[in-house]
Amino acid sequence: MSAADSTAFAGRAPIDGGRLVSTLGLLAGVGLLIVFVAAPLATIFIKSLQDDFGAYVGLANFAKYFSSAGLIQSIFNSVEIALVVTVLACLLAFGYAYALTRTCMPGRGLFRAIAMIPILAPSLLSAIALIYLFGNQGMIKGLLFGNSIYGPIGIVLGITFYVFPHVLMIMVTALSTADARLYEAAEAMGTSRWRAFWTITIPGARYGLISAGFVVFTLTITDFGVPKVIGGNFNVLATDIYKQVVGQQSFSMGAVVGLILLFPAIISFSVDRIVRRKQVAQLSARAVPYVPVPNKTRDRAFLAFCSLVAVFLIGIIGTAVFASLVTYWPYNLTLSLVHYDFNAIDPNGWASFTNSLEMAAWTAVIGTSVIFLGAYFVEKSDGLPFARGLLHMLAMIPMAVPGLVLGLAYVFFFSNPLNPLSGFYGTMAILVLSTVVHFYTVSHLSFVTALKQVDREFEAVSASLKVPAYKTMWRVHVPICLPLIIDVAIYLFLNAMTTVSAAVFLYAPDTKLASIAVLNMDDVGDQAPAAAMAIMIVLTSVCVKLVQVVATGSLLRRTSVWRRRDGH
Amino acid sequence: MGTVAQTFGRIAGFAAVATLAIGIEAAAAREKITVYTAVEPEELTGFAEAFEADNPDYEIQWVRDSTGVITAKLLAEGENSPADIVWGLAATSLLMMADRGLLEGYAPAGVDKLSPALMDKQSPPRWVGQRAWVASLCVNTYEAEAKGLPMPTSWQDLLKPVYKGHIVMPNPASSGTGFLDVSSWMQIWGEDMAWSYMDGLHENIGIYTHSGSAPCKMAGRGEYPIGVSFAYKGAQLKSDGAPVAVIAPSEGLGWDLESFGIMKTAKNKAGAKAFADWSVTEKANRMYNEAYAVVAMPGIAKPVDNFPENIQDKMIDNDFGWAAENRKRILEEWEKRYGSKSAPK
Repeated sequence: MSAADSTAFAGRAPIDGGRLVSTLGLLAGVGLLIVFVAAPLATIFIKSLQDDFGAYVGLANFAKYFSSAGLIQSIFNSVEIALVVTVLACLLAFGYAYALTRTCMPGRGLFRAIAMIPILAPSLLSAIALIYLFGNQGMIKGLLFGNSIYGPIGIVLGITFYVFPHVLMIMVTALSTADARLYEAAEAMGTSRWRAFWTITIPGARYGLISAGFVVFTLTITDFGVPKVIGGNFNVLATDIYKQVVGQQSFSMGAVVGLILLFPAIISFSVDRIVRRKQVAQLSARAVPYVPVPNKTRDRAFLAFCSLVAVFLIGIIGTAVFASLVTYWPYNLTLSLVHYDFNAIDPNGWASFTNSLEMAAWTAVIGTSVIFLGAYFVEKSDGLPFARGLLHMLAMIPMAVPGLVLGLAYVFFFSNPLNPLSGFYGTMAILVLSTVVHFYTVSHLSFVTALKQVDREFEAVSASLKVPAYKTMWRVHVPICLPLIIDVAIYLFLNAMTTVSAAVFLYAPDTKLASIAVLNMDDVGDQAPAAAMAIMIVLTSVCVKLVQVVATGSLLRRTSVWRRRDGH
Repeated sequence: MGTVAQTFGRIAGFAAVATLAIGIEAAAAREKITVYTAVEPEELTGFAEAFEADNPDYEIQWVRDSTGVITAKLLAEGENSPADIVWGLAATSLLMMADRGLLEGYAPAGVDKLSPALMDKQSPPRWVGQRAWVASLCVNTYEAEAKGLPMPTSWQDLLKPVYKGHIVMPNPASSGTGFLDVSSWMQIWGEDMAWSYMDGLHENIGIYTHSGSAPCKMAGRGEYPIGVSFAYKGAQLKSDGAPVAVIAPSEGLGWDLESFGIMKTAKNKAGAKAFADWSVTEKANRMYNEAYAVVAMPGIAKPVDNFPENIQDKMIDNDFGWAAENRKRILEEWEKRYGSKSAPK
């Protein structure tokens, strides 16, 4: 059914309430994203051209930045770290993904689940655990052969842990789309496996590999938690921006570092978008999915490799749990819960944890509804193609913006007393808003993809039956997308629990979050309580994940009866 | 489909109830006093509870970070600061704020009972000292023995090559303790000698930390056996059973005064004054003494367990005015020299 037909159907309805609603919704979405994404980011540019008192100084801040040897050193440090992590994480994740998709290694489901562990924890956790493992009193510091964990080594290991699941997911997707016919042909022609790997597997996955590389690079260069905790005196861009803004309250210089940080993020984002578009077109309709056949030697080798990676991942979490329970490391190893008595350690105490729960719940509820509606209007409203395109474009921006930069932009934009929205500043609402925006793009893209699959005929039919569009949405689109809606809500919840970057500039004394408490406690040297709070975040994430599994199962059973007829 | 609608309806209902509950809670709340502080976090709950027990109409809301961060924040926020009162912040920092006209003169009821030397000379005083925190070394005796490190007794000792990579010190830009070390070395030896001392010390430093208590806590765990920190933290860890010796280097000890001052722009000025009044009472001073040996009210202080002996005699004749005036310049120079080490030792 073409667009013209549906317009014709809609035209027959005498009072077109649905159309009005979707037009208003579309405009509201554009308005919201302009206010909460575009406008705050614009203030970063403005601020970088002003001094701390708001006077225009041209490029003086940039001149000052580039005349400081220390700050320039940070650029090199950041790039160096990012390159090393990119290579390391991509190699590890590629091997792991290969094992999951192209071998008959036993326990693939379990390994896949283990690989997702880092998503449940704030990035600070891995750094704290690494200190317990490889610090000067570390349990296995001998493995470093006298090198210090404080600095590049610690940052690389910590961030590799943190980015692993993100890279792995891209790699798994890239390796899943293989055409078995190519391998059959290769075998028939007597091509060696090694050659087939380089001429079929790698070219087939190349876009995924490139995309993964850029994603890791960006995540690494913009992560702030790991270098803050374990970086020692090794400065990187992300810690510089924090030092400038929080340590010296120099917001103009913060804006300059923010713009520099934005640069690699935007490049990698653009490359990623281009590359992903190409990936889609790769599989022809006649492709036969590749099914690996057992091969003992290969499967055992991959089992050994994946086990090593899994031991590292579990080891980090296990060490953090251990660190939080040991009474006084390394002299009193009796286990106790003293470090969980947050009220005695930090003035905000357990309130930080409940704040995080509250913030994550609001982020999940508000974020999911707003992002779903936004995607719905982009995908399903008639007319106003310009507004639809604009909304979609605005929704893509957050992915290219590092959390620290977004947080700083929100400070500039919302703390300005002339802004009618300045009432948000220092509230829970601004934390929720910044988190929704920070993770907007991935959720938006998922919804758009899912909604594309819903035939437009639904709207046409309901229009002809004079059922308003919002009713169709509620009765058709929402139930069809329900599993994804839950996924997105959980995704937002987990990220809201673990995020530090944007919130670190935005929290107020009574809205301090658990992840910020981890950072603060580590700052004053209370590492064990910091580990304990990080573990509370992990436990919450695990519970939420379990609830998701149960809820999705039961909801699907009740609402997906329609799916069963499909194709069977 | 109905079930989905119901589920969403329930979520919406829950959200509405939650919003309402939060609203009610806020309405019933006591009047908040926003207090900016650099006092050690584990002490804050005790102070708030004691004050609120005596002043049930008020509730304290702490904004806590290390001295350098709180100072920078106050100076940047200036007249727009949400702070009602600055409390337990270095006198050096309060002096800078007083110079900028951010603090209001106020003589708390009973302030005449405190040592006049430990407050602003103007009347009414714009800032009032509460208690002094004093530089000290925390040395992990167990690790020192294991690694064959002799016990340092002076600042100069720390330059010895044997300590290379074993010392941890707070970054003076973020930490008040770090700054009072630097400022005291300059007052003891003169600036040039102090810089060359720090050039040497830098070679032996493992890492610079964000806060002043972290070096002592790291020394306690033996992560770095020697921490440049302050006496209270070392004494407290020792009392908790950590293998730590608290050492007062022989050349003299830097110190600063934890002090309070009311913001001119305070939104809750009555609350700020109530907290100021409470902070000069004997009860408050006795609480200060639980952790610190030198408090503003004379004749109160009892010796604190595990403090270095006669610590008062070693405290330098600190010129707060000089420190406040030169703080920015010193920190910029420090950052230039030591701020970005390419890799830790």
